[in-house]
Amino acid sequence: MSAGEIVFEARGLVKRYGHVVALDGADFELRAGEVLAVIGDNGAGKSTLTKVLSGAVIPDQGELWLDGERVHFASPLDARRRGIETVYQDLAVAPALDIASNLFLGRERRRPGVLGRVFRQLDKRRMREEAAHYLAELKFRIPSIGSAVEVLSGGQRQGVAVARAGLFASRLVIMDEPTAALGVRESAHVLDLVRSIRARGLPVILISHNMPQVFEVADRIHIMRLGRRVALVTPTRHTMAEAVAIMTGAAPGETRPAAADSASA
Amino acid sequence: MLGGALTSKTLGPLVVLLAFVAVFSLATHTFLAAGNLSIIAQQSVIDGALAIGQTLIMLTAGIDLANGSITVLGTIIAARLVSENQPALPALLLAIAACTGVGFCSGSLVARLRLPPFIVTLGILGIVTAAARLYSGGESFPVTDPLLGWPGNGVTIGGATITNGILVVVVLYALSWYMLTQTGWGRHVYAIGNNREAARLVGIHVGRTLLSVYVLAGFLYGVGAWLALGRIPNADPNALQSANLDTITAVVIGGTSLFGGRGGVIGTLIGTLIVAVLRNGLTLMEIDPLWQDMVTGVLVILAVAADQLSRERRAL
Repeated sequence: MSAGEIVFEARGLVKRYGHVVALDGADFELRAGEVLAVIGDNGAGKSTLTKVLSGAVIPDQGELWLDGERVHFASPLDARRRGIETVYQDLAVAPALDIASNLFLGRERRRPGVLGRVFRQLDKRRMREEAAHYLAELKFRIPSIGSAVEVLSGGQRQGVAVARAGLFASRLVIMDEPTAALGVRESAHVLDLVRSIRARGLPVILISHNMPQVFEVADRIHIMRLGRRVALVTPTRHTMAEAVAIMTGAAPGETRPAAADSASA
Repeated sequence: MLGGALTSKTLGPLVVLLAFVAVFSLATHTFLAAGNLSIIAQQSVIDGALAIGQTLIMLTAGIDLANGSITVLGTIIAARLVSENQPALPALLLAIAACTGVGFCSGSLVARLRLPPFIVTLGILGIVTAAARLYSGGESFPVTDPLLGWPGNGVTIGGATITNGILVVVVLYALSWYMLTQTGWGRHVYAIGNNREAARLVGIHVGRTLLSVYVLAGFLYGVGAWLALGRIPNADPNALQSANLDTITAVVIGGTSLFGGRGGVIGTLIGTLIVAVLRNGLTLMEIDPLWQDMVTGVLVILAVAADQLSRERRAL
């Protein structure tokens, strides 16, 4: 997995809030086809990093590179236009609307010809078919594509949000604590979807503080501490205890990440 | 898909409407007469049009207390200009534009400054009521102009008079139903009322959509002003004072949630008819009008209780 090309990269990110330095020269890299987990203690800069990557926060210093091209995100919409979709912790769905409507919310498809162009009529059948097809591909089982999202369990609702991100992201998906509000079984369901999205070729950035989940699904783990990346480890070569030790500062991080190359030097 | 939601959501109100129709048909000989039914339709025209705007706003989890006052302002502008020998068409268009403009103001305050709709429209209610009284000088303006009176004209078939106003309202319902259920804009209106933050996160222009809802509502109130002049050819600054509560009643009885994101204009049409049928039927039965208010009040509370119960069941 780590042999993939670098898709998304950040160099020397700095972000200050008054006297607080949230990011202190943080580096980041995401490779093709991988699930990269980002872990870190509270205040380590995890969430600021996430916001910079998704365009919600503009860094004071540092560079973002997408597919080898320098990019600047002024807002999450900029990131989205570049093919980056973000899934949030709270369930970002409209409960009274059905599953297909939620998947296409904000990106509705209109009917071809005059009906769509002049009368702005939605192509409901096409959206339902595409939604059903895509969910089947993800092996995401739901009662019916036409049922309201509110009849679904919390895990299935988050599944809808994850599927939406996977459906529209052309480059990568960022998931910010997607299972924080969910129970164990529900979380497993969402993690299955994360794997399905990776299997379709989209790399995933998974921000989580749930170590067992991280070790279960991630190919590599980016560890934040004091506003920097202190290590980039793999679940096969490091134990959970080691990762936690690096995260809390009990063990030294690595000066160069695992699978290191010149990109982050 | 929304067709299914529509039926289940509007089934309750429809049953209530049919039950009242059945009761009044049995209790009086006159209720089911074609003439009486067309009177009910004519009586529903103004509230029916205003209730569409109220529905749009309530779907976004807002509420509009100012609709009656905006409509009255529209009637005064059109009628006073015509009474001053201005041509009727520009006067009418100006009146509708003024109502749309008021909608733009409320919409801007709600969408841009994020003020609560209840307070914004309460303020607009005061401002617009005062403006209408100032502009009218406290007088009312009788309307004789054929264009302004056009919605009151109609054809009589078998004792039933179908006025142009009734046809206009039917068209308005059809158009708003289409916009809400068949276009992306409609989806966005529901999504904003459902979960505003989620709507923002998926990239819906929440502010712009909210503004469009209030502007559209203002336009409908402007058309309502024309309908009002057709129904009662006299622009009275003290008219329609209970239109805000009457339309909220109709919308709520029609199954649109006070909390936004659920319901629709078909339910509102049924809700408007329920109130009109109730008033008409009880009047025919020569029951004290105070009972009409009482029964309407009970219906509103029942409708809101049903909405609340279904919310709690969903939350489980």
